[in-house]
Amino acid sequence: MTFELSGLASYGVFLLTLAAIYGVLSLALNVQWGMTGLFNIGIAGFYAIGAYTSAIVTTPPSSEHLGGYGMPFLVGLLAAMVMSGLIAVAIGVITISLRSDYLSIASIGIAEIVRLIFKNEDWIGNGVRGIAGIQRPINDNPLVYLGVVLVILALVYLAIEQARKSPWGRVMRAVRENELGAQAAGKNVFRFRLEAFVLGSVVMGLGGALYAHFVGFVSPEAFEPVFATFLVWVMLIAGGSGSNKGAVLGAFLIWIVWSGTELLTNLLPAGLTTQASAVRVLLIGVLLQVILLRRPEGILPEERPHVGASPASSNEDEDEAV
Amino acid sequence: MDFIDLMQLVVYGLVLGSILTLGAIGVSLLFGILRFSNFAHGDIMTFGAYCAFAMVSGFHAPIWLALPVGMIGGALVSVAADQLVYRRLRRTQPVILLISSFGMALIIRSIAQLIWGPQDRSFVKGIQMPIHLGDIVVRPDHLWIFGGCISIVVLVHLFLTYTRMGKAMRAMSDNMDLARVTGIDAEKVIICTWALGGALAAAAGVFLAMDSRLTPMMGWSALLPIFAAAILGGFGKPYGAILGGMIIGVVSELSTAVLPSAYKPAVAFAVMVIMLIVKPTGLLGARR
Repeated sequence: MTFELSGLASYGVFLLTLAAIYGVLSLALNVQWGMTGLFNIGIAGFYAIGAYTSAIVTTPPSSEHLGGYGMPFLVGLLAAMVMSGLIAVAIGVITISLRSDYLSIASIGIAEIVRLIFKNEDWIGNGVRGIAGIQRPINDNPLVYLGVVLVILALVYLAIEQARKSPWGRVMRAVRENELGAQAAGKNVFRFRLEAFVLGSVVMGLGGALYAHFVGFVSPEAFEPVFATFLVWVMLIAGGSGSNKGAVLGAFLIWIVWSGTELLTNLLPAGLTTQASAVRVLLIGVLLQVILLRRPEGILPEERPHVGASPASSNEDEDEAV
Repeated sequence: MDFIDLMQLVVYGLVLGSILTLGAIGVSLLFGILRFSNFAHGDIMTFGAYCAFAMVSGFHAPIWLALPVGMIGGALVSVAADQLVYRRLRRTQPVILLISSFGMALIIRSIAQLIWGPQDRSFVKGIQMPIHLGDIVVRPDHLWIFGGCISIVVLVHLFLTYTRMGKAMRAMSDNMDLARVTGIDAEKVIICTWALGGALAAAAGVFLAMDSRLTPMMGWSALLPIFAAAILGGFGKPYGAILGGMIIGVVSELSTAVLPSAYKPAVAFAVMVIMLIVKPTGLLGARR
């Protein structure tokens, strides 16, 4: 069953759905980086794990890949979250107490290995050919799916915002700002960091599953792994890391800018059209540098509690010499 | 799998290891002085390799002439990235620099792709006659790569040991404040470090492209084994990078005896993770 929307409306629905999926990812990164200070540039790894898990769980039985188990959509989402979470626990136990630059390198490694496994182990996900025919829930109407994604985005936002305001969220901030201080206050820093890493990864897996059901197809190259990760980072930084509203706003804003660059590259001379993606990546890369230089706290800076003589300012890092 | 096959893999491993060593020395030097893991290092390798490739394909220059041109290209990009962006972020949290360098990696890669196109390139045309050393087969390229890397490493060693700038770099790496008190011009040393790091990255890129193929993604894919090598040797210790590079190179190649060769980066990663668990400061004891 297919549903026809007029050209512009259907493009709008497409744009908003992807923006909302990126919103989920941006919120997930906010738990890890914004709230806790965990530097993860392996987002694409957990995203792919979620996408593949849901694909394998929900597609009808096939001889070409593991499963499928023909389960409903919600079971697929749940499985994606559980699988990302389990893998995050295994990885986190080893890497979570590393210094931020070691952790970031480890996270590149994790994403790379996940990609290599899906590419080379044909029995899991049909290798480079990928898994096709992943169904949307309820029916095939893109408008319905947009609604589903928006509801999930709202639920994720409310849950993470609740977590941020809770005592748990305050400990996270303490761990981020002053690890030794948090430790001295009797907090098990390792456990809290691990929890934030796993929670973020679970939500990234959810984002991957939502993407898989949207496009109906997963393959190792379908994600442009490095780029997807990069875009989520730009979204969170632009919106305001530490702020959940900022994370969602950044996702919609940057996704619109990113889609807008496509219109721009359509104006390129014919000889350069094959290079359109390089031009777009270049523009977003420059945009990130400009944000970091001009407004590193983002559009909606993190709300900080006013404590005594230290006013909530975003420039408290300036005393860090070279 | 007999002894000769294993020795053959060790030869490949040493070639790969010498390339990783060059990359890892640059990463380690920059980290030692600036406390900054530069994620754009891989893409500076790519950029430098393309500069050298332009000399070879455009002017039919021999490789020994193209290599220094590539290194100058790498040094210029590296210094430009610092002066335009990193320099202004140096006073913020170090992690902001990490994010910025991640963006810089994509910028440099896009520029390389815009100038030279997305297709695969190859430095060496035609078939090379292999050289037989007993039962072990070596490509002439491999000798060039290995010899070139060793020479550059020796030059870097001499530079760090005997020149005024080299000594200043080591002093800054050991103790930034003390170095400043003695009248070292920190800003000048930082620029020279970027130039040296960029030039070494570019040389590694040229050799890597000679060993395999030149693509816009080449450098980014090499980043993981290079960081693995730097961490294994002790992050911030240029001499440790030599040890780390060789170990990662040989272990990666030996692993192809039992694992599909696609998993080479995973092996490098596994070695790094084991090192981080057993001794996070690396073989030569990095500073924390």
